[in-house]
Amino acid sequence: MIPFAYHRAGSTAEALELARSGARFLGGGTNLVDLMRQNVEAHSEIIDVSKLPATIVETDEGGLKIDAAVRNGDLAAHPVVRARYPVLARALLTGASAQIRNMATVGGNILQRTRCAYFYDVEGARCNKRRPGEGCDARGGFNRYHAILGGSADCIAVHPSDMCVALAALDATVRLRGQNGERSVPLAAFHRLPGDQPDLETVLETGELITGVELAPMSKGSRSTYRKVRDRSSYAFALVSVAAVLKVDDGRVTEARIALGGVAPKPWRAGRAEAALIGQPALAERFRAAAEAELEASEPLPGNAFKVELAKRTITAVLGDLLETRA
Amino acid sequence: MSRIQNTIVGSARKIIGWVPADWLPGGKPDDLIERRVSLGSQMSRVDGENKVRGAARFAAETPMEGLLYAAFVHSTIARGRIVGFSLTKARTAPGVALIMTHENAPRMAPPPPISITNPKAAGNSTLPVMQNAEVHWNGQIIAVVLAETQEQADAAAALVVPNYETATARTDYDAAKAIVSTPDTLMIEKNHLAIGDATKGLASAAVSVDAIYRTPWQWHNPIELHATTVRWDGDNLTVYDANQMIHGTMSSLTAVFSLAKNQVRVISPFVGGAFGAKGLWNHQILAIAAAKLAKRPVRIMMTRAGVYRATGGRSPTEQRVALGADASGRLEAIIHNGYSVKPGHSVCDEAFSLTARSLYRSRTFDIVQHVVELDTVANTFMRAPGEAPGSFAIECAMDELAHAAGIDPIELRRINEPEKDPTHGNAFSQRGLLKAYEIGAARFGWDERSPTPAIRRDGGWRVGMGCATGSFPYLRMAGMSVRLTLSDDGKAIIASGAHEMGMGTTTVQRQHAADRLGLDPADVDVQIGDSDLPFATMAGGSSQTASLASAIMSASEKFATEMLRLAGNDTPLAGLRPRDVVLVNGGFAKIDEPDRFESYTSILRRARRSEISVVGESPAPLELLKFSMHSHSAIFAEVRISDVTGEIRVSRLLGSFDCGHILNPKTATSQFKGGMIMGIGMALSEEALFDARSGRIMNASLSDYHVPVHLDVPEIDVIWTGIPDPRAPLGARGIGEIGITGVAAAIANAVFNATGKRVRELPITLDKLL
Repeated sequence: MIPFAYHRAGSTAEALELARSGARFLGGGTNLVDLMRQNVEAHSEIIDVSKLPATIVETDEGGLKIDAAVRNGDLAAHPVVRARYPVLARALLTGASAQIRNMATVGGNILQRTRCAYFYDVEGARCNKRRPGEGCDARGGFNRYHAILGGSADCIAVHPSDMCVALAALDATVRLRGQNGERSVPLAAFHRLPGDQPDLETVLETGELITGVELAPMSKGSRSTYRKVRDRSSYAFALVSVAAVLKVDDGRVTEARIALGGVAPKPWRAGRAEAALIGQPALAERFRAAAEAELEASEPLPGNAFKVELAKRTITAVLGDLLETRA
Repeated sequence: MSRIQNTIVGSARKIIGWVPADWLPGGKPDDLIERRVSLGSQMSRVDGENKVRGAARFAAETPMEGLLYAAFVHSTIARGRIVGFSLTKARTAPGVALIMTHENAPRMAPPPPISITNPKAAGNSTLPVMQNAEVHWNGQIIAVVLAETQEQADAAAALVVPNYETATARTDYDAAKAIVSTPDTLMIEKNHLAIGDATKGLASAAVSVDAIYRTPWQWHNPIELHATTVRWDGDNLTVYDANQMIHGTMSSLTAVFSLAKNQVRVISPFVGGAFGAKGLWNHQILAIAAAKLAKRPVRIMMTRAGVYRATGGRSPTEQRVALGADASGRLEAIIHNGYSVKPGHSVCDEAFSLTARSLYRSRTFDIVQHVVELDTVANTFMRAPGEAPGSFAIECAMDELAHAAGIDPIELRRINEPEKDPTHGNAFSQRGLLKAYEIGAARFGWDERSPTPAIRRDGGWRVGMGCATGSFPYLRMAGMSVRLTLSDDGKAIIASGAHEMGMGTTTVQRQHAADRLGLDPADVDVQIGDSDLPFATMAGGSSQTASLASAIMSASEKFATEMLRLAGNDTPLAGLRPRDVVLVNGGFAKIDEPDRFESYTSILRRARRSEISVVGESPAPLELLKFSMHSHSAIFAEVRISDVTGEIRVSRLLGSFDCGHILNPKTATSQFKGGMIMGIGMALSEEALFDARSGRIMNASLSDYHVPVHLDVPEIDVIWTGIPDPRAPLGARGIGEIGITGVAAAIANAVFNATGKRVRELPITLDKLL
């Protein structure tokens, strides 16, 4: 790790002021510290924003406003999250370990960077995300954990956060504050696809800080859940994960919000699957057809081709489970 | 050399075959087999409290004045030459005291290789260390940075820029397989074993199976990273090391640095797991060399990635097993051959083909293995070297044969149970494999297994059961020595440069020495972990307990002789010889007249001696040439496999062990369970991803290399036959490694039973079952 200066911000305004020099914000440190220790990232200045307000407030409409400094563990344990947003509670609890969840923050987790082994191997591997233009060693290497959707010739790294997959399915919005004031961005539009600029991962502007996340109320009668498939029972990143919200009225799907993890460079909102479901009878074969529709665009590699079928099966099973729970 | 060894071992076996068994070590069963007081009881580990309190100091925790911290720069090419370094930035980085490369490293001799005939060496890479510009593998240490803090050293190491001239490397297994070599020997066995015509035997068999099994690179992940803290005092060297071969390391270091034996001291009181990984590697040599140049003490604690780059793992294997049987299931042919990887500078063959030589009777055998040479870090021993991958292949094949023949897998093993060693013909010292199966099957509920695969279900999960044999050879090392000191307060000290990696060495030998000497365990202190103590062979090959026991036995015989001499004639023991007495209640008593007794304290005081000290040594293990001595296990696994995702969960696991007497049920159970958990990892998740393009391991971390987590491990049931081995000290064979053997096969067989699908390539990941 390269030596750096450390500041702890006492307020959002102070954090933004300190960031004028181009410093990097630090949340729980569960990812950024790793990246710095591995020399993937080097920063001369760090601004700790983990001591900024960390509240979870219910809105009048029945939604939630979550401060960016809320710990993942606290969010997962929050009674409203557990009762109304099981998809989020479950996603959070499948991530990392209890110790890490107790440190990690919501804001930091949105900015979690890929676990691509070639991205992490600063000395020994090429990576367009780290050094634009030098090439990608993952494409011809071990790509079991890499994208089958949304990748590009330059980058097939996946976004590793479980929380973000749930947030994408919940149509969460991310609150940002920068020198030019505040704005809100849908979580699903916050991360970019790599294209030919895999180093640009989000729409966040220089010096801009994530201050919170907002969740709209769940519609009455909807159900949600999260399923993560991985190589060991715990403490492993997703091969495929599915976050889904389903509402069925009179046997027909009236609401379907589905997001996938482990398969794409960003939390992947499965719009094609959703479109194939809305208004259709809530039947297993329709679920499978919707999954097929979503994965039609997949571009698998030898190391991850199995994820196409795995994703289809998991989507189908998750929707089936939600239907059963409802009945 | 190796062919000569074949001849020597062959002749020795023949000659010793003629020698009466009771002339050999273990010829007369150890009387402690019957007379157990502390042995067999659940004593907690004597080092436990200090570890829980954090008072046990490990190698990287040794306090030392004026310490410099080391960080390594590893090569990023697999083969080539270093044509210079850009060091300016690193040199001027804060706190940097020294940068050592091949350009300024002191001259050092290559480390002598470890071998079965040379216990005075450790480490299995024979390359000179940092003596030239050559790069032999991706990850080789090419520079050492010393700084005032670890953080400064790490930061500066990242600033070292090597310049390479890259050469073509052999990193592609399939390409390298075109040129293989075939060693003459494996350990002490002939590599190629042919009995009868196995090809014909297979061809004419009523039932046969013939398949290829593969196991991947697996890497050591002991929780304590390799670490060493070293200090020079003039020409004297002290090394605090995480080490499982202390004396071998000490001797090797004298050779590398041209020092005399009394100039090097290696100290290793506690080791946080080793499993074969912790011998002599480059990091100790480089830390010592750098300390010499810097004229300051040095500490290196390797990074987790560094452990993957610069210390070895278990070689991958590719094994063909063909089994043929007659209609009744009797084996007509066992063919086992294949490949493992070994770079030219490694001396460690992954001897997977030893397993099948003693397990089952067969009319014909053809067994041989070959070496594929790749440019990698020297592969090394990993828990149950050879036997872990070998048992996977053989025991899956047995399950396949059982299925093909329509015979219950346990019944197939019963049908092929040999009366004597099936390949070299020696008698078994003790063998209770079928008993292990019997009690294991009853306890596990084997009769609930459906003989037809893919039948049982539990909701969305398919359920299957499998079993497999585990085995590991008994090994007792010659030359293990202990000093037994008994003082006039009646307390004993057992001292040896042996090793405590957490398995309970000091605890069990305290129990042993107490029983041997007729003392209370509280009056026995076991001192280990220092090369200044009497010579100890390595903690490897599951040999340490038996070897130490043998040395303590020998010391106690000398002790009795000397004490009876000291006792003289003015004692109830007058005229008695060692064989007439029993050591009991802190003294000697005549065997058939327990009233003729005198305590050690009384004898010493009368002789005006404050203490008596003798050294005992483990004699040559000739019994290994007379008898076939192996531990066995019957492993039972139940798995559940998700219909949707192919995810595999081991829902039950039972190990039924036949390892002779169990000396301490508590420490033994832990060791068996630890091995079995490693077996779960081997079966389901462990694989070091070796990128054939670069020769680099791409998952060199605990988050990416998947060892089992708690949730992967079910309640594990451990039972044993407890039948003593009359040829082994204490009636006990080693138990350190057998736990892992057979587990991967039992799980793979359970997967077949659940799904009808054979997965012959480890690890069994969910994509193979979709």
